[in-house]
Amino acid sequence: MSVLELDNVHKLFGDNHVLRGVDLTVDEHEVVVVIGASGSGKSTLMRTINLIERVDDGRILLSGDDITEPTVDVDKVRARIGVVFQHFNLFPHMRVIDNVTLAARKVHGTDADVARDRAIGLLDKFGLGEKVDDYPDRLSGGQQQRVAIVRAILTDPELLLLDEITSALDPMLVGEVLDLVRDLKAQGSTMLMATHEMSFAASVADRIVFMHAGRPLEVGTPDQIFGDPQQPETREFLARITHR
Amino acid sequence: MTERAAVEAWEPSSLELERRLARKRASRRSVLIALFSTVAFAALAWWAIVSSPGWEGVQQQFFSPEVARKAFPKVLEGLWLNIRVLFFATIVVAVLGTLLAVMRSLRGPVWFPVRALATGYTDLFRGLPVLIVLYLVGFGIPALNPESRISVAVLGTVGISLCYSAYVAEVLRAGMEAVHPSQRIAARSLGLSHAQTLRLVVIPQALRKVVPALMNDFVSMQKDVGLISVLGAVDAVRAAQIVTAQTYNFTPYVVAGLLFVALSFPMIRLTDAVQARMARREQIGGTV
Ligand SMILES: Nc1ncnc2c1ncn2[C@@H]1O[C@H](COP(=O)(O)OP(=O)(O)OP(=O)(O)O)[C@@H](O)[C@H]1O
Ligand SMILES: [Mg+2]
Repeated sequence: MSVLELDNVHKLFGDNHVLRGVDLTVDEHEVVVVIGASGSGKSTLMRTINLIERVDDGRILLSGDDITEPTVDVDKVRARIGVVFQHFNLFPHMRVIDNVTLAARKVHGTDADVARDRAIGLLDKFGLGEKVDDYPDRLSGGQQQRVAIVRAILTDPELLLLDEITSALDPMLVGEVLDLVRDLKAQGSTMLMATHEMSFAASVADRIVFMHAGRPLEVGTPDQIFGDPQQPETREFLARITHR
Repeated sequence: MTERAAVEAWEPSSLELERRLARKRASRRSVLIALFSTVAFAALAWWAIVSSPGWEGVQQQFFSPEVARKAFPKVLEGLWLNIRVLFFATIVVAVLGTLLAVMRSLRGPVWFPVRALATGYTDLFRGLPVLIVLYLVGFGIPALNPESRISVAVLGTVGISLCYSAYVAEVLRAGMEAVHPSQRIAARSLGLSHAQTLRLVVIPQALRKVVPALMNDFVSMQKDVGLISVLGAVDAVRAAQIVTAQTYNFTPYVVAGLLFVALSFPMIRLTDAVQARMARREQIGGTV
């Protein structure tokens, strides 16, 4: 059974038909990377999965559960998915440790000490051991994003959604965040991510999804998509992005 | 780590030491100038008042030490009532103000009646003069049930709380709207409920943004509790009035005024300290 399955998902903002029947699956331990032009609906896709936006048609299944059912408890669904956005992830009024353990304590009912130990373990592992008691504003952008990722994975989510988590960072800091994502892949996390970092996408993805006109126009392994794209739109997009 | 080692080895250069010295000199100079101009101005003002033709009489009427001594214990006793009213009003205002702010921030058509109610309430009580509210509550509520004996101090507390909840609700709402929407999204994405998001993420950040405005409202409430004297409660103002009627001298009002200032002083200092602490803790950028 797939961790995530989208079946004919539509989303409209007024007249703007952003998602036009998206079919997509993400299997366990799989890393799927969504690429596509700005405005092609990558973030919208992430937000519908996270139930921040309500789909206008179609179904989304999370480990087999239909999460687009009207009766579903959205908080419970969100608690099963870890999310990291482009920016404004962390709560500025809480220390790093409180940011990271918030969901564990308040949503999952984990004992505060247990959550703390686990958080410190992970923060240490990813080079953030000295920042445990700092407030987020004192951290560099790359450190902040790494904390945000630790926060997202602390409760062992079934699925991790990463939406352009490096695009607000300067190139020096991108590497440290992407290294963390590679670590997570090595540990077998299931991830769906949107990115403009093509070389990173090529190195970490099991499958690449090229979004165009509100649909996954082309899906394949990195070798297929980057080496031998079949659709003219894909070729055009890749040409534009590599010749910047 | 490596960066740290580099920091430890560093000694400020003579250039930097020179700059620090210059900064210190400049700041010492501005302190001296400020001190001098303050003293000069105070002396001038003092001279203008003391040399005016009516000063003798004013001194007798407003600054009589004997009357002050006589009035002080009574006014102080009255002030104790003000403090108690202030205490309970603060609790009511904190609860009611937060509730109103949250009610106004609810989204979606289902909540329209609640939102409308809260909006109507805040619009009404922000527009009404405190004095009128006090009269309406203080004389209106007892008239509803002539047998009941609610003390005027309680009625005064209710009146003050009604008004200040509306002010505080507006301040809090502004603060909640100033919290970036992605903070709510981030919180909901973690699985926090709407109520948890408000309580753990939005309101704490909103409070930090509006601390100065809230403290300001508190200081003004501290003064406005003096208005309950119009209902006949023997508070500091009323006590001063009584002594004035006995002695035909206005000094008791000055005593009451000074006591109110003394009451507000710790709060004002606390406001500054709290703000400074928050700024140090959460922000980079210092004084800019
Ligand atoms: N909340 C919203 N209300 C109205 N329109 C929206 C909203 N969110 C997104 N859109 C529109 O949906 C379209 C897709 O936006 P989306 O953010 O999903 O693009 P994207 O692929 O993530 O782009 P980028 O690469 O720049 O992040 C855009 O035309 C955008 O204007
Ligand atoms: Mg986007």
